[in-house]
Amino acid sequence: MSTTQVPDTTDRPGAIHARPVRHPGRWLAIAIIVIVLAMMVSSLVSNPRWDFPFMYRVMIYQPVIQGLLHGTILGTIGAMVLGIGLGIVIGIMRLSENPVLRGVSFAYTWFFRAIPRLVLLLLLGTGLGYLYPKFDIGYFPFSQQLADLLGFHADTTAFSIDVNAISSTLIMGILGLGLSEAAYMAEIARAGIQSVDRGQTEAAQALGMSRGKTMRRIVLPQAMRVIVPPTGNETIAMVKDTSLLFAGLSLIDELLFQTNTIGTRTLKIMPTMIAATAWYLIVCSVLMIGQFYLERYFGRGFGTKASKKQAKQVEAVTLREGAAAGGTGGM
Amino acid sequence: MTTDEATRGGRPLVHAVNVHKSFHHVEVLKGIDLDVHPGEVVVLLGPSGSGKTTFLRCINQLETIDGGRIWVDGDLMGYEDRGGTLHRLGDKAIAAQRRDIGMVFQRFNLFPHKTALENVSEAPVQVKGVKKSEARQRALELLAQVGLADKPAAYPAQLSGGQQQRVAIARALAMDPKLMLFDEPTSALDPELVGEVLKVMRDLAAGGMTMIVVTHEMGFARDVADEVVFMDGGVVVEQGPPHEVIDNPKHARTRAFLSRMRQEEAAAGHAESAEALAQAATAPDPAE
Repeated sequence: MSTTQVPDTTDRPGAIHARPVRHPGRWLAIAIIVIVLAMMVSSLVSNPRWDFPFMYRVMIYQPVIQGLLHGTILGTIGAMVLGIGLGIVIGIMRLSENPVLRGVSFAYTWFFRAIPRLVLLLLLGTGLGYLYPKFDIGYFPFSQQLADLLGFHADTTAFSIDVNAISSTLIMGILGLGLSEAAYMAEIARAGIQSVDRGQTEAAQALGMSRGKTMRRIVLPQAMRVIVPPTGNETIAMVKDTSLLFAGLSLIDELLFQTNTIGTRTLKIMPTMIAATAWYLIVCSVLMIGQFYLERYFGRGFGTKASKKQAKQVEAVTLREGAAAGGTGGM
Repeated sequence: MTTDEATRGGRPLVHAVNVHKSFHHVEVLKGIDLDVHPGEVVVLLGPSGSGKTTFLRCINQLETIDGGRIWVDGDLMGYEDRGGTLHRLGDKAIAAQRRDIGMVFQRFNLFPHKTALENVSEAPVQVKGVKKSEARQRALELLAQVGLADKPAAYPAQLSGGQQQRVAIARALAMDPKLMLFDEPTSALDPELVGEVLKVMRDLAAGGMTMIVVTHEMGFARDVADEVVFMDGGVVVEQGPPHEVIDNPKHARTRAFLSRMRQEEAAAGHAESAEALAQAATAPDPAE
C-alpha cells in the first residue's frame, strides 16, 4: 500500500460542496430539440393547409362530440367493463382445480385471441344476423325441439332478440370488443394472481377464510398492483380500437366516421383527421392520469410513495389509535 | 403416553395417530403419533428435512395427509366419518375447522396491503362476522399485548421483522384459537430481534395457551416446553420433558443433533444472549 500523506490539520472534514459532473451532451441535445421544435412550430403556423381554425370547428361540431361520447368513450367504457369482468372470471377459471373450467378458459382465450378485432366485428355485424336473424331464448334448453317432437303446438319462447336490429348498434360493438378484450384480460388477471406469494393464501386459509373470500379479500387486491398497469395499456388500446366500429359494424355514431364524413364532404381531409387525432390524444391523456392514481391506490403498503394526504391520514390514525390502545392497555 | 394421560387426565386437544405424508413419492412423514393436552407447550426439534414443519402444516390441513388420522378437540381433521367410511370435507367445512387453530409462519405472511390493525381485525370480521368496531377494539388490545400499541396504522413494510412477527401472532390470536402452531417463528429474524418474539411466545405459554412450536431455539425449548419431540427422517425418535430429551438424550441421533446445535449456537453466540438482553431491556408488558 502506498502511504498517503494525511494533511496535517486538526480540522475534521465537514460537509461536501463539490462541483457536479458537467453534462455537455445534455446541453447539445436540448439545443437540437429546441431547434427542431421551432422548425415544426413555424411550419404549423406558416402552412395554411393545416387549417387549425377549421380543425377546431370540426372538433366541437355537435355530431363529432356525439360520436366521441357514444362510440368512442361509452364504447371504451362498456367494452372494458365487460372485458375486465369477464376476463377476471376467465383468469380465475384458468387457475381452478376443476379441469373442465380450466379447459373452457383455455379454449376461450385461444379462440378470441386468435381473431382480429375487425374480423370479429364483421362476423358479429353481418354474420350473426345472417345465421340467427332472431335469437330465441326458451323456457328451458331444447324446449321448442322437445315440444315439436312431442307434437305440442306450443311456443316455448321466453323472450327473443332481433339480432338484425342491434347488429349495427353500440351494444353489438361493446359485445364484440368486450369479448375480445376478455381474452387478453384473462391472461393479465392470471399473471397478477400468480404474482401473489403463496404464503398469502396459506395465511388467509389458516385464519379460516374460504377460498372465495381469500381470493376476494387477500389475493385479488394484491394482484391488482400487477394487473393495473397492463390494464391501463389495454384501455388506451381500446380507445383506439373503437375506430374499428364503423368498418366492422357500420356504426356511424363514432368519432372517426364523423370526422371522416366531414372530410369527404368538405374535401378538407387532413384537418378533419387531425381533429380526430387531437381527440384521441386528449382522451388517452386523461386515462393516463387516471391510471397514475389507480396505481398509487393499489400500490399502498408496497413502498410506493404515499400521497401527502395519505401520509397525513396515517399519522392521524396512529395518534388517535395509539392513544386509544394506551388507554385500553392500561386497564 | 399412558402415564402422561393418566396424570393429566382428560382428552388430548391434538390427537395424531400414524400420520403419513408423501411428496412426489418421497415419504416425508412415516407414521407420526402425537398427543397434545390443553395448556401444553410442545416443541418439535429436528434437523431440516425431518418433517417437523410438514407435520405442523398437516395439523391445520395446509397439507393433506395420506395416512393416519388427526383429531383436534375431538374433530377429525379434513374428513367426516360416516359409518366407517371417510368422506372428504368441502372447502367451507375445512375453513371452519381451521378457525380455532392459529398459525404463525416463518416468513410472517402478513397481508402487505393492509395495516397492522387491519391485518389483525380482518379475519374476525370476515370469518366470524364480528362487528367492525369491536374487531378494531380487540385488535388494538392484541397489538398492545404484543407490545405494538403504537403501530396500528403501520403497513408491514414499515415494520421490522420482529414487529411483523408480533403482528402475525396478534393476527392469529384475534380468532381466539384453542391451539397455536408456530412454524420456525424466529428463523427469518435478525439475531437481535429474536428475543422480542420469544418473549411474546413465553407470555402466551404462561397464559395457558396450547402451543406446538417448531424451533431451533434451545433456550426456549428448555424453559417453556412441557414436552420436547425430536424428529428425524419422518419419525419421532425421542420425546419427553426437556430435561430428559435436551439434557439427557438417549438416542445417538438426538445427541448428534443437539451437539451440532450447541456448536452453532456457540459460534453465533446469538439466541440466548440476545434473548436475555431483550428481556432485560423490555419494560413491563402493558397488558400485565
